[in-house]
Amino acid sequence: MNNFVYLDNSATTKPCREAIENINSALCDCWANPSSLYELGLDAQLLIDDARDAAARMLHCRSDEIYFTSGGTEGNNTALLGAAYARRKRGNRIVTTTIEHPSVLETVSRLEREGFEVVYLSPDSSGKISADVLAAAVNDKTILVSIMLVNNETGAIQPVCDAATAIRTANAPALLHCDAVQAFGKLPINVSALGVDLLTISAHKIHGPKGVGALYIKKGITVHPLLTGGGQEKGMRSGTEAVPLICGLKGAIDALPDINVSLQKQKVLCDYARKTLCDTGLVTINSADDCLPYILNISVLGYRSETLLHFLESRGVFVSSGSACAKGKGSYVLREMGLDSKRVDSALRISFSRYSTKQDVDILCNEIIAATQKLRRSN
Amino acid sequence: MKEIILIKDGELALKGLNRRNFEDKMVASIRRRLKPLGKISITKSQSTIYIEPAEDSFDFEQALERMKLIFGIAAFSRACVCEKNMTDILSKAPIYLSDTMTSVKTFKVEAKRSDKTFPLTSPEISREVGAALLSAFPHLKVDVHNPDEIITVEIRDFAAYIRGSQIKGAGGLPVGTAGRAQVLISGGIDSPVAAYTMAKRGLVLNAIHFASPPYTSKRAELKVRTLLSKVARYSGTIKLAIVPFTEIQEEIGKHCPEDYFTLIMRRMMMRIACRVAERDGCLGLITGESLGQVASQTLPAIAATDEVCNMPVLRPLIGMDKEEIIAISKKIDAFETSILPYEDCCTVFTPKHPHTKPKAGQCETAEKGLDIEALIERAINGIEYSFIE
Repeated sequence: MNNFVYLDNSATTKPCREAIENINSALCDCWANPSSLYELGLDAQLLIDDARDAAARMLHCRSDEIYFTSGGTEGNNTALLGAAYARRKRGNRIVTTTIEHPSVLETVSRLEREGFEVVYLSPDSSGKISADVLAAAVNDKTILVSIMLVNNETGAIQPVCDAATAIRTANAPALLHCDAVQAFGKLPINVSALGVDLLTISAHKIHGPKGVGALYIKKGITVHPLLTGGGQEKGMRSGTEAVPLICGLKGAIDALPDINVSLQKQKVLCDYARKTLCDTGLVTINSADDCLPYILNISVLGYRSETLLHFLESRGVFVSSGSACAKGKGSYVLREMGLDSKRVDSALRISFSRYSTKQDVDILCNEIIAATQKLRRSN
Repeated sequence: MKEIILIKDGELALKGLNRRNFEDKMVASIRRRLKPLGKISITKSQSTIYIEPAEDSFDFEQALERMKLIFGIAAFSRACVCEKNMTDILSKAPIYLSDTMTSVKTFKVEAKRSDKTFPLTSPEISREVGAALLSAFPHLKVDVHNPDEIITVEIRDFAAYIRGSQIKGAGGLPVGTAGRAQVLISGGIDSPVAAYTMAKRGLVLNAIHFASPPYTSKRAELKVRTLLSKVARYSGTIKLAIVPFTEIQEEIGKHCPEDYFTLIMRRMMMRIACRVAERDGCLGLITGESLGQVASQTLPAIAATDEVCNMPVLRPLIGMDKEEIIAISKKIDAFETSILPYEDCCTVFTPKHPHTKPKAGQCETAEKGLDIEALIERAINGIEYSFIE
């Protein structure tokens, strides 16, 4: 599975050597239960602590503010349900956006059915939520605001700081949650600077294994746990810790090069991709110029997304059409941005990793040209 | 308690002189379906078929589930095997029938003796067994005219059998008694239902599916396989032919008028299906068409596709409403799979304004730009066969 051009890194990434080695060694040599009182258990506990420290360093927070989860979905569920239930008595209003990941939208929808009032903010045509719209929506009955840092389909970077400001200005008893799954390891994140109380990250987007992530919960904030039982993770997340996967997350974090250096390199590559694709005359760019350069959403007008995807697949190039979760539906994110159905139906999402090269972009380009020559145009 | 399965004569869909042939095919089906569960012996005696497990490890519940899928059986019963004496019969009856008896209010007992040397007469047997059940289940009352449940006790040559009401079978005619036909399967709701419905009338099934990569994906193909495997539980193994259809669709797109796309596509499919069916020993085709459901399913459109076909095309759903079709789809456990959203070739090249009432000759004119023979030959040469069980 390794001799092709993989450009779907927002869906998942290839696990790196460091992550795999950590997982292997934890599986083989350190498999005791971290809660066990004897030394073997302690050894496992120490591995988790190291991983916790590594995650905390990345987010510039305290280690005791990091809680390990099974990934982004669990992190989002815990943050939203836990915060809403904890603050129920102080207000009833939740503010979020229409472009969040389904694990946020579905959870918030559930809260709506349970009686909370939910406001969904739409983005402007650049795919970003504006500060004004945030300020207008947050009032003194708002108990939770959830806004992602980077949108998984377009790469649009959202103004999380403005959400924090809106909360302060309105004097809202609101917790601020940020889904940073697509941003972690790609944008520098400082939780205090962002002003967030809760933040979700996931390992398999940064060349770690699937099945593990973490939730940042600011010290002093009360959040009701989702999973109850043996009391692990200080009662916030019961269940025997997934030591090998957590070690895999640490391996992935350790393997990350300097974020700013990577970001610069990626900007160069993304600009090259934008130019090369535009020069074909066949591609429209959907992602605004200031989007995270790891994600590039385009449309090949006149050809259906899924058909293009399968054609590219048969030539060894892998991208996604809309979100990987959507399986055939057109992207709601692009529609929310106001793109017409011609663009939505022909949209492809290209997502780079730190291993992507100019050659990958050239191959992608050539194959898109080939697709338009060989495939039949749709209506 | 040792149990057996019985099928009485009247429960077979038998047809006069064909009776023997039907019975043999049905018994062969039963043997095939139950074989994986363990050794069984099937005997026929005095207008009853007895299916007896040879080992204790036989999964009886599974056997009953599988029996319900065998065409040709309208109803069957499970019966408890007893020794040929009243002591054994009377001690086993209340225990064996306990679930049934506790859920009904009235009953009656019928008895039959094929062994006339048995010490009690049939009415005497009924009375004694009836009494035993009344005393074990005090809430019960005997009703000889319209009871909730009829208990039958049979004294045969080697054993006695106690049974309650029958279990509904799959109905229809035994698989293989009507020959072999080929179903055009698309992955939608209708074609699997059509396949099941015709298998029910005794047809062995072949299937043909048209795939158009990259317009259709491997997932769509997997969906078809899953659907066929649901039908295969009733019909037995299905031989599936997957035809590469991309070239034909693209050629139609290039050389034919847009409003004829769907019609010409269906005509090409029929041509190919006919040839493959003939080659593979089928006597007819089966489709899931229902009148008026989509633009291509008007009478003139159906006539236009039948035009290019020289064997009978069976359309069992032609007069059915969508709800009726969905009900059957759910019954055969195909519905959830059918509604999965993977593109099938029929929807990929949909014209904006499809022609719904083609006149004779119009389709032929629209097809003029195609090298039909060459396209068909290439498609048929590219067929991949597999077996679905």
